[in-house]
Amino acid sequence: MTRSAVGEAGHWGKDVRSDLHVAIERRDGGGVQVGLESRVAPYYGESILAQVRQELGALGIRDAQVTIHDEGALPFVIAARVEAAARRAGFTGEGSRATVEKMALPPSSARDRLRRSRLYLPGSEPKYFINAGLHGPDAVILDLEDSVARSDKDAARILVRNTLRAVDFGACERMVRINQVPLGLEDLAEIIGEAPDLILIPKVERPEQVAEVDRMIAELKARHGVERTIWLMPILESALGIENAFVIAASTPQVAGLTIGLEDYTADLAVVKSADGGESLYARTRLVNAAKAAGVQAIDSVFGDVGDMDGLLRWAENSRALGFEGMGCIHPAQIRVIHEAFAPTSAEIDKALKIVAAFEEAEKQGLAVVSLGSKMIDPPVVERARKLVERAKAMGRA
Amino acid sequence: MTEKIELAQNAAGRMVPAMVNGRPQIPYLGLGKYQPRGRKAAPPVRSSRDFPEDGDKRVHDLETALRKCGLRDGMVISNHHHLRDGDQVALMALRAAERTGVKDLLWFPSASFPSQKGAIELMERGVIHHIEGSMNGPLGDYCTQGKMRGMGVLRSHGGRWQAIQDGEVHIDIAVIAAPTADFFGNADGSHGKSACGSLGFALADSIYADHVVVVTDNLVPFPCIPWQIQGNNVDYVVEVESIGDPAKIVSGTTQITRSPDRLRIAEFVARFLRESGIMRNGFSFQAGAGGIALAFVDYLRRMMKEDGVKARFVRGGSTKYLVELLREGLTDYILDGQTFDLDGVKSIASDPRHVATSPFTSYNYHGKGSFASMVDAVVLGATEVDVNFNANVVTHSDGRLLHGIGGWQNCLAAGCTILALPSFRDRIPVIVDEVTTLTGPGELIDVVVTERGIAVNPNRPDLLDSVKKSGLPVRPIQDIKMEVEKICGGKPARPKLGERPVAVVKWVDGTVLDTVWQAG
Repeated sequence: MTRSAVGEAGHWGKDVRSDLHVAIERRDGGGVQVGLESRVAPYYGESILAQVRQELGALGIRDAQVTIHDEGALPFVIAARVEAAARRAGFTGEGSRATVEKMALPPSSARDRLRRSRLYLPGSEPKYFINAGLHGPDAVILDLEDSVARSDKDAARILVRNTLRAVDFGACERMVRINQVPLGLEDLAEIIGEAPDLILIPKVERPEQVAEVDRMIAELKARHGVERTIWLMPILESALGIENAFVIAASTPQVAGLTIGLEDYTADLAVVKSADGGESLYARTRLVNAAKAAGVQAIDSVFGDVGDMDGLLRWAENSRALGFEGMGCIHPAQIRVIHEAFAPTSAEIDKALKIVAAFEEAEKQGLAVVSLGSKMIDPPVVERARKLVERAKAMGRA
Repeated sequence: MTEKIELAQNAAGRMVPAMVNGRPQIPYLGLGKYQPRGRKAAPPVRSSRDFPEDGDKRVHDLETALRKCGLRDGMVISNHHHLRDGDQVALMALRAAERTGVKDLLWFPSASFPSQKGAIELMERGVIHHIEGSMNGPLGDYCTQGKMRGMGVLRSHGGRWQAIQDGEVHIDIAVIAAPTADFFGNADGSHGKSACGSLGFALADSIYADHVVVVTDNLVPFPCIPWQIQGNNVDYVVEVESIGDPAKIVSGTTQITRSPDRLRIAEFVARFLRESGIMRNGFSFQAGAGGIALAFVDYLRRMMKEDGVKARFVRGGSTKYLVELLREGLTDYILDGQTFDLDGVKSIASDPRHVATSPFTSYNYHGKGSFASMVDAVVLGATEVDVNFNANVVTHSDGRLLHGIGGWQNCLAAGCTILALPSFRDRIPVIVDEVTTLTGPGELIDVVVTERGIAVNPNRPDLLDSVKKSGLPVRPIQDIKMEVEKICGGKPARPKLGERPVAVVKWVDGTVLDTVWQAG
């Protein structure tokens, strides 16, 4: 970012909601002047001015002309935009981070937790953040990659950082999709201090890429005193990435799952992405196999047509049948359909319950062999049944 | 208007003017406390002697009709709003009045729309003295800024009938836009190039006004079948090129909201009806044409099908979503107050089970009952609701006029009144300590549904009980309020309201419920 006298960040206009635009002009003296236009001025005008003055103080800004157009932004967004504008205006020294009230961190997430649905949220669209958790996806993905314009990356990562700090996503796992390394390393530097649960690494082709991200995270965690594990989910988006699926999945113990990006993958193959996904069947099954071999989850891509719920259901059911454990969502309306598709059927649950019961009975009687009716049951079958029952319980089905 | 206006505190604790536009007022006394007396108002007796035997009441133009009606300074001219933002007749009539040279008219529309902002110039030029009827957009701002000479009076649809019937407002000349009419004055809204469905809002005007002028762009040979306005009440018929812009009279299709948060609210409302047992065979409900209400109807339709439940009647504002219920046999009737989209208009014109109603049948509190209290559940919006379930629908939280009351107050009489609202809009929390303008008493509001949870009025333990085991996120209203205030960064500041009343909000019985103050 080149230094200029004026730094601007954020968005405003008739159709903008929950965001604001901040322009900070460096001055040589005269103190801080703040001009505010806000659609919520009668209710929060004073509070916005007080917050902005406090942020500017924290950022070490003594002399500046600040112009704000606010469209009803919440405090964590105001703080992020002020900070981004300040940095773009060249205020990069000590105290260059604006603070927002930090909420208590939710419990850390388990490596094999339920990840049926992950809702993508564009990293520069704050209006989608605040209620995302209400729609009940297993995870939200604050996206810094494809949904954020190149020129907006710096502001978006500050906004995502504040979002991790201040927004309650309920029971959702908090994921961030960073940019491709090396740009993604700058994302990590900004966000790791807020302890996201999982980092999605895009366009991974080689295990070294994952290792590099892992090292950087370890370093940042130490610096910020973050103790919990931050999981990794490499996204394979090319023919080479698919060929290396297993070594990537096995590259570090922090990898919790593998997923696939079909837009880029089909582009790499120079084929057309079809509704039934025949052209990517090999890649997807290869990914599932590699993930299972490495003991991590296999997570499918997104279904792009938000209006076609029947198509989504078919895709998701097929996806589950292939061995995937979840997929991405680009609209909250997709969540329920996906959860439905990835839920075990009642016949499967019944059978699993019977197997587990038979195993427990056999154990109680000290029998070495478990059988159900006339069939012998192998230990892996019992293990699978147990997992299925656990999942079903987590989904409220058993 | 610089004189000091005397104020009195009403039973809701609100300060209201004792006189409005020269008439003494009764402050709101509490629910069902005001006992009306006396006889209904009536127009003068007329004789067939004075009307053409061949039934042809046509005159050349509106100006002629108004002159023949004896238009003079200070009279009350009324219009209906079934043509909504597409209406051209109201301004046509007021401008024709201006050409006769009259001043100081009281314009008494059943509602006004932004496209009628030309009325501001007529007020500036002294032709209109003031408006009694809903005002929003530019007219609302004009009133709220204290620029209108008289005080605005906001009434519900039922309250407008009540005011006319009780003689609070005497209409001198009613000018009724009619999508179809014959030369005798029989008129209807369901056919013609400007079809708008029901004409119910014009019915009181046609019955009680001294003079009635029907204006049509679709004159048919006598008889106009069907008719909702009876020609026997009509003085003159004027034929014009166009009464309105069809594209703005009804929308092509009304749109369900696409916002996931609003869809969530709509689904909660539908589930509430299902889980509470209100959705059962033979039940009834009413929902408007807002995005959440439409989505609610769609969710409820699916639940009714799943459970094999059928309604006896649904109340419109009709839209294609209500029409679908009728077509699929999920309701026996649509009792329609106004028709919002093309599917609604087509249906009311062709399906005898889709029936036009009026504010008399549906809403008038000073009658021998009305349909409103017979509806099992109604789904409404609001700009604010307070912790005692009082709600505001007429002003922004900063006190500027935003909406008319419409049928909103009347609908509160339903068995279960549900407000469906996002918990905040543009950072402004919707649940507040005290509403800016009281439009509906909290005793009548049973449930507030937001995307963050459902609050049931503690005065409805029966409802609370009925959804206890439903798994719905039922929470105290204070709880939701606190959560939202935390998200929004604290309680919003109370905007400063002015000290001069610019309009009053009437309750359904004609008493004064609250005051709209000049913008600070």
